[in-house]
Amino acid sequence: MSQRASVVRQTMLTPIVLIVVLLVMATLSYQFGSRAFNRTAVEMFINIMVVVGLYVFVGNSGLLSFGHISFMCLGAYMTAWLAIPPVMKSITLKGLPAWLLHTQLPMWVATPISGVFAALFALAVGRVIMRLSGIAASIATFGLLGVVNNVYSNWDSVTGGQGSIVGIPPTMNVWIGWLGAAVAIVIAYLYAISRSGLALRATRDEPVAASASGIDIVRERLIAFVVSAFIIGIAGALYAHFLSIVNPGAFYLRTTFITLSMLVVGGMYSLSGAVTGVVAISVLIELFRNLEKGISLGALKIALPNGVQEIAIGIITIVILMYLPTGLTRNQEFSWRGWPMLRRWSRPVRTAKELN
Amino acid sequence: MTAVLQIIFDALSLGSLYALGALGIALIFGVMRLVNFAHGDFIAFCVFAMLWPSIDATAVVFAGMLPFYLLIPLLLIIGAALSILSEIIVFRRFRNTNPATMMIASFALGFVIRHILLMFYSSRPKSITLWPSLGLPVDFLGAHIPMLQVVTIVITLVTLAVLVLFLKRTRYGLEMRAAAENFTMARMLGVRANGVILLAFAISGMLAAAIGLILATISGTADINMGANVMLIAFIATVIGGLGSVPGAVAGGFIIGAASVIFQATLPHDARVFRDAFVYGAVIVVLLVRPQGLFAPKSAKQRV
Repeated sequence: MSQRASVVRQTMLTPIVLIVVLLVMATLSYQFGSRAFNRTAVEMFINIMVVVGLYVFVGNSGLLSFGHISFMCLGAYMTAWLAIPPVMKSITLKGLPAWLLHTQLPMWVATPISGVFAALFALAVGRVIMRLSGIAASIATFGLLGVVNNVYSNWDSVTGGQGSIVGIPPTMNVWIGWLGAAVAIVIAYLYAISRSGLALRATRDEPVAASASGIDIVRERLIAFVVSAFIIGIAGALYAHFLSIVNPGAFYLRTTFITLSMLVVGGMYSLSGAVTGVVAISVLIELFRNLEKGISLGALKIALPNGVQEIAIGIITIVILMYLPTGLTRNQEFSWRGWPMLRRWSRPVRTAKELN
Repeated sequence: MTAVLQIIFDALSLGSLYALGALGIALIFGVMRLVNFAHGDFIAFCVFAMLWPSIDATAVVFAGMLPFYLLIPLLLIIGAALSILSEIIVFRRFRNTNPATMMIASFALGFVIRHILLMFYSSRPKSITLWPSLGLPVDFLGAHIPMLQVVTIVITLVTLAVLVLFLKRTRYGLEMRAAAENFTMARMLGVRANGVILLAFAISGMLAAAIGLILATISGTADINMGANVMLIAFIATVIGGLGSVPGAVAGGFIIGAASVIFQATLPHDARVFRDAFVYGAVIVVLLVRPQGLFAPKSAKQRV
């Protein structure tokens, strides 16, 4: 027990620093930012939730997942089913069961339900996917993304097909975004210092030794998969409340890539890395968005063609992977001793453990 | 009888397409443990290379107007060149990193290629007509089989035969198989790593170009997403075939093609739009029974 307490003492600063820094950002944005800037800030907080959720699985297990955005999709659509007023639902989503058609839940209730729904789904599919060896599991998660997208873009009577569902109450603001990000960070932190989190990181660094020490790799991976699905499901729910429309195209390759590159740029194996990556890439996206709109230099107006933003982010990700494979934070956490970073509970992995 | 024959031909031609895709992925995976997520974008690139860049709905056919004996080699060269270039510029630097890093790098590269295409061609699907005479049916034992299906199957079988001969009978093939078995050992015995890897990329790129040609002829459109769909299924095919096994990947491609066609023919009408979901469901059942894939190679087992 005393050992656990000392782990907490040594690592507690990480989540606190991250949450406080984000609070400062939220406050600054609320005080000085325009309406549009505030929306960007909310988007960033939602992305932090997604990437922190991704970190819970990818960072602790060392397996890459391309399928987590499907949990965002599940969460967002669940929220749409729960939160849209019954009058509108009965017109656009005729195929819903009657009990769902006649309920309307407030955001505070709909959001956790969406998270639990995504987590239950992850529990069901994770039981299969987690049995595969490392690379095969990553590919299978990519398949998961394809399946969920296929179902949600074709099941017209329940999801509105390729089109958008409108009418989710737009109740998001910077504070709720910050709260969501803080909850995600706390869950991720608690998971990382839990017995399961420690065991999973052991399997990441030395699978054979961990397995020989009695760790059930499949079980620990499944736990992380479900926890991360819960966080990302909540993020999807908040995203639905933020945009007030959902459509399946928003939860596919582009979002998968952007969130993964945020994680990689920051540092795949650390919580601080996940948050740093989101902030860095969000700043870049905002910068390129403005450049694409055009900036005026005197009489001259320069605008980059549309699409440069994505190409630039792709290239930046590749370059960072080449020259800084452990990300901006070098896979380390903000912690007590040594500033800014010190090797603590997230040791970067240097060995290539290929299969499994 | 004719209906069954029809289904068999459908299954074989769709399976051929998936098998070619899975082959392109398995070859590269074999030599450098890279799961090439950019493969689908290579396919799309080869399709769009036939068009002149424009964002109008009606495509200006450019290279696509060439006679077939020029067009086919040209596209194969384009595919191989793109693939080799991406090896030299990007993947070469990731050779000693772990597979997760390589996966993200290939995903990023695919994303860049995709958005470059979008920038020049816009996201609207464009119509492109290649060899309309291939759409005509031929009579075969009373069933009407589109000529194109026959051509696809023949091309795939020829490709597979040539590849098998290449891998089993030539020096380069031997080197490539040795590299796939144990890369470090092969290097120590005098296999040139760069040569083998470049060769694998070139073949993979040509396979991508072949798929692009077939897809463009079948659908008559150039769509940015068509490569990604084939790639997704090709990935699944390599997994159920057993990751790292080249024959397994081909078999996996044919199995998934057959499963898709059978589901398409037997599912009730309302459920047909979810055909892919059913196919993946079947894949999950297979993996529950054999998590290592149907034809897992011995080298896939990690040695301690």
